[in-house]
Amino acid sequence: MREIALHLLDIAENSVAAESRTICMDVSEDLQNDWLKVSIKDDGRGMDAEIAKQVFDPFYTTRATRKVGLGVPLLKLAAESAGGGLTLETESGKGTHVEAAFRHSHIDRMPLGDVGVTMLTLLISYPHIHWMFRYRLTQKDGAAKEFELDDDEIKSVLGEMSLTEPEVLRILRGMIEEGIDALMPQFVY
Amino acid sequence: MPAIKSLEELKRVREEALAKKQMKSAPGNIQVIVAMGTCGIAAGARDTMKSILSFIESQQLSGVTVTQTGCMGLCEQEPIVQVIIGDQPKVVYGKVNAEVASQIMKQHVQSGMPVKDYVLPI
Repeated sequence: MREIALHLLDIAENSVAAESRTICMDVSEDLQNDWLKVSIKDDGRGMDAEIAKQVFDPFYTTRATRKVGLGVPLLKLAAESAGGGLTLETESGKGTHVEAAFRHSHIDRMPLGDVGVTMLTLLISYPHIHWMFRYRLTQKDGAAKEFELDDDEIKSVLGEMSLTEPEVLRILRGMIEEGIDALMPQFVY
Repeated sequence: MPAIKSLEELKRVREEALAKKQMKSAPGNIQVIVAMGTCGIAAGARDTMKSILSFIESQQLSGVTVTQTGCMGLCEQEPIVQVIIGDQPKVVYGKVNAEVASQIMKQHVQSGMPVKDYVLPI
């Protein structure tokens, strides 16, 4: 996997499989303290201590279709090779919180990639899940900007209407793209 | 929080759709399902998804539901896409990159003719 945003999509998939109702995805780029942190927090079925240990073993998986589960071990490796690490907090019946930290300026840090497409993909693919996305960017001087998207309001406006109707799709994509664009420093040439 | 402007736009779109009674879509309920397990994502399934969504948007294609599923146990064929039109049997495609995805959308989803070269014998 070549992008951190793709890892996020992958880890979120585990949360969906764990029958979560609400899933929060958090991206934080902190240039002041040189960290890039991403996390997925869910209220799904969680894991007991025994199983949580095995998650780091690539040959552990809950699925029956194939015998290896590479998602978490791959992200852990990517984080560790960029001066950071991965933490996993989980409690059976309560949910799971996975956080990966990378040194932002580390030469081996994987590019963050397209966070917007990851958000849009999750939002439209699992309409029954309540999604909360947050992307925070802190500049070297400490100035911080944040983009938050809680899909509650969107879904109450749309009612039973499909999220993949072309006009709806256009608006959702625009919402996410504009929100993320607004975080980026504006260069004047 | 989403911008107020966008929410108002969504409201308008919904009201227009209600007026046109397009809500449940006319041509027999089309489902497009992209496999997004670790294997699928690593093979480029998100680009496949992006291509499908931009096709819907650019062609103003109404009545298609796009969802995703996990690993199907055919990792070597990823990215895998399934197309289900009404009560016809589902068609499973393998090695669907962004380009093949828009071909499937055009030929199969829009015109009802499966793209034979990429159909998996399942």
